[in-house]
Amino acid sequence: MTATHTKTLLDPLFESNPIALQVLGICSALAVTSKLETALVMCVAVISVLALSNLSISLLRNLIPNNVRIIVQLTIIASLVIMTDQVLKAYVYEISKQLSVFVGLIITNCIIMGRAEAYAMQNGPLDSLLDGIGNGVGYSVVLMATAFLRELLAQGSVFGTVVLPKVQDGGWYSPNGLLGVPAGAFFIIGLFIWALRSWKTDQVEAEG
Amino acid sequence: MRHDALYTILFSGAVCVVCAVLVSSAAVSLKEDQLRNAALDKQRNVLFAAGLAQLGERLDTGETLRRFERVRPLVIDLATGEPTDIDPATFDQAKAAKDPETSRIAPDNRASVQRLPLHALVYEVLQDGELSMAVVPIEGYGLWSTLYGFLAVGADGNSVRGITYYQHGETPGLGGEVDNPKWKALWPGRKIYGDSGRPAIRVVKGTAGSPEEAPYEVDGLTGATITSNGITAMLDFWLGEEGFQNYLRKFQEGPAQ
Repeated sequence: MTATHTKTLLDPLFESNPIALQVLGICSALAVTSKLETALVMCVAVISVLALSNLSISLLRNLIPNNVRIIVQLTIIASLVIMTDQVLKAYVYEISKQLSVFVGLIITNCIIMGRAEAYAMQNGPLDSLLDGIGNGVGYSVVLMATAFLRELLAQGSVFGTVVLPKVQDGGWYSPNGLLGVPAGAFFIIGLFIWALRSWKTDQVEAEG
Repeated sequence: MRHDALYTILFSGAVCVVCAVLVSSAAVSLKEDQLRNAALDKQRNVLFAAGLAQLGERLDTGETLRRFERVRPLVIDLATGEPTDIDPATFDQAKAAKDPETSRIAPDNRASVQRLPLHALVYEVLQDGELSMAVVPIEGYGLWSTLYGFLAVGADGNSVRGITYYQHGETPGLGGEVDNPKWKALWPGRKIYGDSGRPAIRVVKGTAGSPEEAPYEVDGLTGATITSNGITAMLDFWLGEEGFQNYLRKFQEGPAQ
């Protein structure tokens, strides 16, 4: 793997994180992060859809007629998402039940279309595949960090294992209800973006 | 790159065909697994409600099927409470409640049930060949969402053996505490029907006390009055005349034949 390849793969983690810098895919990040387990399955689903859609669109990029390119991209993405949903229903039924509509809504996740249109249409298959994986992992980093804090502070557990015993169950920890509801994720994502932009100041948007 | 109209149409057509083939083959080849999962999931929830599985316990396929051997699914006529010969394996109560042929508009109720199916799927649990309890489905509106669950009733047709909700969207930590094992443990031993013959069981504000002290009352969920009231309303409806009262009455009158 060349240096450019490594850069394509790793840049979306912190340099151009899809959620933190591009502020894409926020809605699903709020909805599925109350538990680490569901967030992890969602991440795997998004990474696979993103990698495969980038790869297939890149392979077809010289064949896709320009005037219908968005529709073609959407058809490919929608098919991949439906297949992913079917696989989840067949193999991890309980988690797929919790994720409910949000797997289907990967179709409308702006990260996927955004990368197809902005990257896969101009670059070769290998680069596009790496870009897809990189952006998927970038999304996952934020999702997993959010889910970790939300599950820990709202339910006192990590991956379902009790770390902070709750008052309701006879422990000492009084759970934070705000982080239990989707709106609570806004605070964590906001803090994440703040921390990232304090570290990498070139990501701060110009004021005015 | 410029493409003419014919190319565009042919290309779009080809993409559609390829995608359609991929999607439908995934759906067809995975269908069996999905249906089995859905059935297993339902069976697990029945086992949890009936207390045949401990809360939080993970049951694999074999274990679920083994424990479910004691459970007999049965489709009953909701109005009379009599069993029917509809096959429980193919009966879908949610679907039946939507179809005008197999349902009717529900009378006014506080549980926000819109349509009532004519038939309902219940589960009878046997102990050494004798009926030991019946598990009936319940549903109703809480604060944000419809809660779907099961209530297990003892062979006397009047005492609660357990409750479980398998689907809801209530606030985690507040209404979502319907999933809390400690709260669920308060239910067994409570009585359903009061002296008037109407369902008297309800969720109260604060602490109710032991089943002996307060046979018809269960502790409310802290900070979730509306969810608690929703549970009272759905029990009142589903255990009443429109719901499973006629079915449960047969148990009160004596052992079924």
